[in-house]
Amino acid sequence: MSARTLIDMPRRVRRGEAFEIRAMIGHPMETGYRRGADGDRLPRDILTEFGCVFDGEPVFSAKLYPAISANPFLSFSMTADRSGELVFRWRGDRGFSHTERVNLVVE
Amino acid sequence: MKEQSQQPGVSADSVSRRRLLGVTLGAVVPAGLMAGPAAATTVSASGAGDAAPSLDAAIRAFTGGAPVRAGKVRVAIAPLVDNGNTVPLSVSVDHPMRPDDHVTAIAVFSERNPQHEVASFGLGPRNPVAKVSTRIRLATSQKMVAVARLSDGTYWSGEIDVIVTLAACIED
Amino acid sequence: MIAVLLVGLCAVDVVAQSDKPRRSGFDFMSAATQALQRDDEQNPVMLWVKDGARRWNDVSAGFACAGCHGEAQQSMRGVAARYPAWDEQLGAPVNLQRRINLCRERHQQQPPLGSEDDAMLALESFVALQSRGVPIAPPAADPRLAAALERGSQMYSSRIGQLALSCAQCHDQLAGGRLGGSAIPEGHPTAYPIYRLQWQSAGSLARRLRGCFRGVRAEQLAPMSSEMIALELFLAVRAAGMPHEGPGVRP
Repeated sequence: MSARTLIDMPRRVRRGEAFEIRAMIGHPMETGYRRGADGDRLPRDILTEFGCVFDGEPVFSAKLYPAISANPFLSFSMTADRSGELVFRWRGDRGFSHTERVNLVVE
Repeated sequence: MKEQSQQPGVSADSVSRRRLLGVTLGAVVPAGLMAGPAAATTVSASGAGDAAPSLDAAIRAFTGGAPVRAGKVRVAIAPLVDNGNTVPLSVSVDHPMRPDDHVTAIAVFSERNPQHEVASFGLGPRNPVAKVSTRIRLATSQKMVAVARLSDGTYWSGEIDVIVTLAACIED
Repeated sequence: MIAVLLVGLCAVDVVAQSDKPRRSGFDFMSAATQALQRDDEQNPVMLWVKDGARRWNDVSAGFACAGCHGEAQQSMRGVAARYPAWDEQLGAPVNLQRRINLCRERHQQQPPLGSEDDAMLALESFVALQSRGVPIAPPAADPRLAAALERGSQMYSSRIGQLALSCAQCHDQLAGGRLGGSAIPEGHPTAYPIYRLQWQSAGSLARRLRGCFRGVRAEQLAPMSSEMIALELFLAVRAAGMPHEGPGVRP
């Protein structure tokens, strides 16, 4: 299943204006504590990192652990002083890596 | 532990007392096999493995042992949750976010989940407020602790108690 | 003669039920969970809806849904609220999932999807979104559905499983009460497919009903089977008039 993401943020903001970014990605976040039908532990399979970079500059990052719910949701706020590209990246177990790019217009 | 619930934050004093208490009350190691504080960290005869790392140890891994003061950090979570699988959680730190003075990190810990670390967040002056929201899993009713690191190297904490009612008709 | 009379009585029973004020499962949830359903940017089911919108237009396997149905916002408005319905060609009642599979087989030459396949939940939730706010209105007056409706009604009132409980005992008589820490809802299918917090995933009405069957230790019904569809039809008729919430969240 390819990664599905929902990024909620304004695409146009005023310079210096605070705005909220809400990012959600589809992922089961298998904790590694659950047992399957045969009684064996289901192996851990979670997203471990999230990063938001604006024009090459880190804006927000997160380390995630099994306590984060499935389909991880993160929200944080940001200001920008110029237009540019926001790059969102998720990384996780089993070499998971997914990137989304959003253009931000700053007026 | 009584001390922790009465003090809003985590102090260095109570940490070392708790460490000693943790050794003598450790459920994993049978009393007859204890040779001293060091014994608590080795495998017990029952083969149950090391004593589980404590909440304090997890917090200390984040702070490097620096003192943590209670205050500035607010943990917001619904007091009663439908289902412990998806619990909205917000942490906000009452501190400016200026280039020379800001929150650099927030770490969230759970008292009673199988693992104490929940998440940690990296922030900077591009975030106008030090506030993050996410959704977490709670194994049972417990305390949540959030610790903030400031750019001046100091640490602040806040905590909250949550009640989790588990689903009655659990399918699996 | 007697069979017709019984069906007639049953239909009257269902109508009488619908005169009482009814509450959606939404009303029994905590404020935090309600807030999750209300916000399309936070509701995890929207991940499936977004995927469904993509699949609606996906021509990679041949013919897309959009090829016949055009813009879903127009063509699918109110559709989910009108199921289960009679399928002429099949000669049987079908639910929306079955209908999606029939479309795939007949018009797209695609294999059928399982009820909990992400692809199925994506399409179903995307279609369900187009019924948000539309009153639930399965074609209860369709005489061809009468036998299935009667069957569903019987199932609803029959004690089943090792625990010998009927749906009616909990969801009619004890609705509003509590089972352990959980509120007992009335059991109206007003927001399917749902993102169920307990599943940490989207899932179908069939999955939820199978959970109930497992809870009372009864024999299982297969998703999209005629028995399961009969029960779903009864539940839809019982909920007739209540607004469809679009795909929602439930604890």
